[in-house]
Amino acid sequence: MNLLGTWIAAGLTVAILSFLYRDNPFYKFAEHLFVGVSAGYWVIYIWAFDVKPMLIDEFLRQAGVEKWLLIIPAVFGVMMLMRWVPRTAWISRWPISFTVGIAAGLALTAQVQGYIIPQIQATLLPLVSIGKTTSETIARSFNNIMIFVGVVCALLFFYFSREHKGALKVGSKVGIIFLMIGFGASFGYTVMARISLLIGRLTFLLQVFGLR
Amino acid sequence: MKREVPIIITFLTGFLCVIAFFIPHPPLGDLQQRFLVWYAIVYGFTMVLGLDSLLKYNVKKITQRKEGWQYSYVLLFGLALVLVTGFQSWLKYGTPFELRSSFMYCYIHIIVPLQATMFALLAFFISSAAYRAFRARTFEATLLLVAAAIVMLGRVPIGKMIWSEIPVVSDWLLNIPQLAAKRGIQIGVYLGGVVMSLRIILGIERTYLT
Repeated sequence: MNLLGTWIAAGLTVAILSFLYRDNPFYKFAEHLFVGVSAGYWVIYIWAFDVKPMLIDEFLRQAGVEKWLLIIPAVFGVMMLMRWVPRTAWISRWPISFTVGIAAGLALTAQVQGYIIPQIQATLLPLVSIGKTTSETIARSFNNIMIFVGVVCALLFFYFSREHKGALKVGSKVGIIFLMIGFGASFGYTVMARISLLIGRLTFLLQVFGLR
Repeated sequence: MKREVPIIITFLTGFLCVIAFFIPHPPLGDLQQRFLVWYAIVYGFTMVLGLDSLLKYNVKKITQRKEGWQYSYVLLFGLALVLVTGFQSWLKYGTPFELRSSFMYCYIHIIVPLQATMFALLAFFISSAAYRAFRARTFEATLLLVAAAIVMLGRVPIGKMIWSEIPVVSDWLLNIPQLAAKRGIQIGVYLGGVVMSLRIILGIERTYLT
């Protein structure tokens, strides 16, 4: 059974890689299969980890008010399915509004506390940081200055409420430099991550065909 | 009714989330957590809608014999295979994620290789796109090119063979200038998110209702 699975995996890997030659029926087969199995997988995943434990199991386990409160998300869920009938499709706006309201409420509070404040805290570093040696002091201070200047200038670059003239122009120019280095580094890192995946797939194929 | 009720629901939900954050005591204390659970449940139902949309689109493609209709059979087969094995494994083992289950067999031998190879394929397309886009025409483009080259060389042994300090420079680029740029962007995005959230809660932003 495992041998069959390995050959299926190898066949699908080759089918996807065949796109490097040109678009062909093998690639299209694997591509459509990927969409189908991924959709099925996520349906099972969401129902196994979200809906069943949070709604069905909890409804059976809880008692009193806690039990009946679970009716609210269940009703919202069913309202979402009203989109199937054109005449009642407008009802699906209610659960959508509910989810949008939660996201907005969390963005106002948890996002500020969990993301914005920690990011600002991590930027407000001592610009002169004393190390054990002179070179360490210079390196640490230089890095802290770079982070502080980089963050401030990157923010200035995205500040469009005033025309970029004078000091703002200088700041945004420095911001571009940081942004370009940042994008380049991110790009290089992403490429290498993809290359390592490719090496993994090629190693797998070599093992399957007994060449390694 | 069709527009007012959704706006009131959004306002109440968002407002209660904010109030619960500032008054972390009963009965409001666990409201954010409760809302997150409810959010996950509603999200589960949206998956059914997505599934329905995917099914309708592909069945229509087959019945109307549109270009590439044969591949819709493959898609539907894959979907049915995973759903059937998922529910069968669920019934047999109590969870579909049991390693011996047929669902996990599909996951390990079909989904994992397809996903990994699909992302690996992107390496070629990113590289060819970069070849066309990364021309050192301006100072900024040169910076981008040099930073990308150093980070790429820093991740492979040949980089160290060229110059032993390349991995150090690569790490520094990732940890200092890249971090600063990313942080600047993130702070901007989150601040934008806060403003947008306020607009949504107050009913100024209503595009989600259209």
